[in-house]
Amino acid sequence: MAAPSRPRLGVFKFASCDGCQLTLLDCEEELLPIADRVEIADFREASSAVLGGPFDLALVEGSVTTPADRERIHRIRAESRVLVTIGACATSGGIQALRNFADVEEYRRVVYAHPEYVSTLATSTGIAEHVPVDFELRGCPINKRQLLEVITAFLSGRAPDVPTESVCLECKRRGTVCVLVAHGTPCLGPVTQAGCGALCPAYDRGCYGCFGPQDTPNLPSLSHRLLEIGLEPPTLTRFYRSFNGNAPAFRAAAEDVAGAPGGGTG
Amino acid sequence: MDGAERRVGERYLLERREFPAFLAALSASGYRVVGPTLRDGAIVYGEIRTESDLPIGWTDRQEAGTYRVVPRGDGALFGYAVGPHSWKKYLFPSRERLWSARAKEGSAGGFEVEPEPAGADPPLAFLGVRACELAAIAIQDRAFTMANDVAYLRRRERILRVAVQCGVAGGTCFCVSMGTGPAAAGGFDLALTELIAPEHHRFLIEVGSPAGAKVLTGVPLAAAPADSAREAEEVVARTARSMGRSMRVEGIRDLLVQNPEHPRWNDVARRCLACTNCTMACPTCFCQTSEEVPELAGGRVERWRRWDSCFTTGFSELHGTAIRKSHLGRYRQWMTHKLATWYDQFGSSGCVGCGRCITWCPVGIDLTVEVEAIRSSPGVRPSEPSPP
Ligand code: SF4
Ligand code: SF4
Ligand code: SF4
Repeated sequence: MAAPSRPRLGVFKFASCDGCQLTLLDCEEELLPIADRVEIADFREASSAVLGGPFDLALVEGSVTTPADRERIHRIRAESRVLVTIGACATSGGIQALRNFADVEEYRRVVYAHPEYVSTLATSTGIAEHVPVDFELRGCPINKRQLLEVITAFLSGRAPDVPTESVCLECKRRGTVCVLVAHGTPCLGPVTQAGCGALCPAYDRGCYGCFGPQDTPNLPSLSHRLLEIGLEPPTLTRFYRSFNGNAPAFRAAAEDVAGAPGGGTG
Repeated sequence: MDGAERRVGERYLLERREFPAFLAALSASGYRVVGPTLRDGAIVYGEIRTESDLPIGWTDRQEAGTYRVVPRGDGALFGYAVGPHSWKKYLFPSRERLWSARAKEGSAGGFEVEPEPAGADPPLAFLGVRACELAAIAIQDRAFTMANDVAYLRRRERILRVAVQCGVAGGTCFCVSMGTGPAAAGGFDLALTELIAPEHHRFLIEVGSPAGAKVLTGVPLAAAPADSAREAEEVVARTARSMGRSMRVEGIRDLLVQNPEHPRWNDVARRCLACTNCTMACPTCFCQTSEEVPELAGGRVERWRRWDSCFTTGFSELHGTAIRKSHLGRYRQWMTHKLATWYDQFGSSGCVGCGRCITWCPVGIDLTVEVEAIRSSPGVRPSEPSPP
């Protein structure tokens, strides 16, 4: 009897910095057990051996920013049993979604010597805006432990334990002093999803919102508080418009602040 | 009096310059000392190796949603109120492995549970436990005892409680209203009152248990004259008069239980971030969730628990859907449990009036204000039923 075949893994890149794929490569000691349990059928960042589909598990990094990619994601979806997006780009469009708030045509004309060579869409969008996604792993970049949890969960056929609660829980669990309350440092932790282990507050910075909105964020209340402690409205707008600026909750909050008297677009 | 035996119920005087000898006696008795220390702009609990680890000459300014440390003109060792940490971080760690299990070899299948071995860490001396915190520990003792929580109870048995009578009240303190402070009347092994006068800096030490008496053997102490006991009483009386907050608790159980539809819940829900800081900082909140951490290669799994909160969506998930989806439902659940139904469950309030949830709420939601708002117009009902 032939040995049961291992599930086939594909890792794909769209518009992104490769940081999330690197998180997978960074798994070092866990990488061998993973390679034991899955067949790596397509992972160009790691190996030039490309075996092709179909895939039992596809990990997709990056956002859709070109007409060609808009087509490619449908082909990958059609070949994949389970499709998991990894990172802020794939979830909400990433930092490159700043174009969604600007005039891309103008950029193209001004920045490039031969704008006619550049084929691009007016927006950067997450994968789920194009095809059904089975699970979105957040983060800029994703967290290694969470990635391993998603892969292990997939291999044992259960739901991954990836909490969608706020960053504040991780802050308090590790005993970090709240930078917002104790230092008056603007922090997006209360509206941002956990996953990073509350890295920035542990180093005296406010949370930048890398993991996108938590499951029940209250943006108007946090905006009110951040303005109250002295943040200027244009600065607050820019604060929301970073790695996950195109996530609906953050996008709406930035628009609210920008639209209010004295807001400006920053 | 050196080397003399110390007696439970007695009071002694320790000169400020002999404080290192007291710390040394704690270590010499086998305790690892943990207590207040200044870190990242706040007074938190951590390792105390020498007296310079204490926030000497510092105090705190606390308001709803704001905390700052500031120097105070004297060299007080304990001249501040409670900070963001509480002793629960030692008794009920934020993340802890409970047991592991290994799949059995062979065709029969099944698995074998490996219980978590008792740690070999030295017992802890909690230095600087405040009256409200003694009350909070007693509340958690009740909850974890009812649950027969082996991990908690095992640690709890090994704690020496060195209380400090509060010399200042924080801006968000209301222990007087809750009947938990500022004087620690019992439940400690030793209790210190810091006495600072222009010509004198001393500690009055009250012995609360044989374990406390044992520690003091060999510490250079003097018998406490009656006027120093009066001086110590005046310290806590002054603190009691300067509480930052108060809460009227008469009939609070019925007030909250009878007002689940009060419009004030809508108002607080608009401000609440559902961030969980109030519950994480609260010294009595004990909610937790468990996680399975499987080995990637299969064959072995670990069961961990971590702090959880009634403010998360996941907390109220039953059969895959959250039953408390709204911020209103969560805040109401938390406050009603803490201040009202806790009496039914545990025979006391769940709140000791430490003020942490007020200070450490990023948007400064203050439960004393919320209670007062409901009290000032009880029985008011909105036209629409509230969401879950
Ligand atoms: S520092 Fe930020 S993430 Fe941490 S508890 Fe405070 S508000 Fe939340
Ligand atoms: S509810 Fe607030 S004031 Fe009461 S014990 Fe908890 S943190 Fe302290
Ligand atoms: S009451 Fe304050 S600390 Fe508690 S969840 Fe709401 S916003 Fe966070």
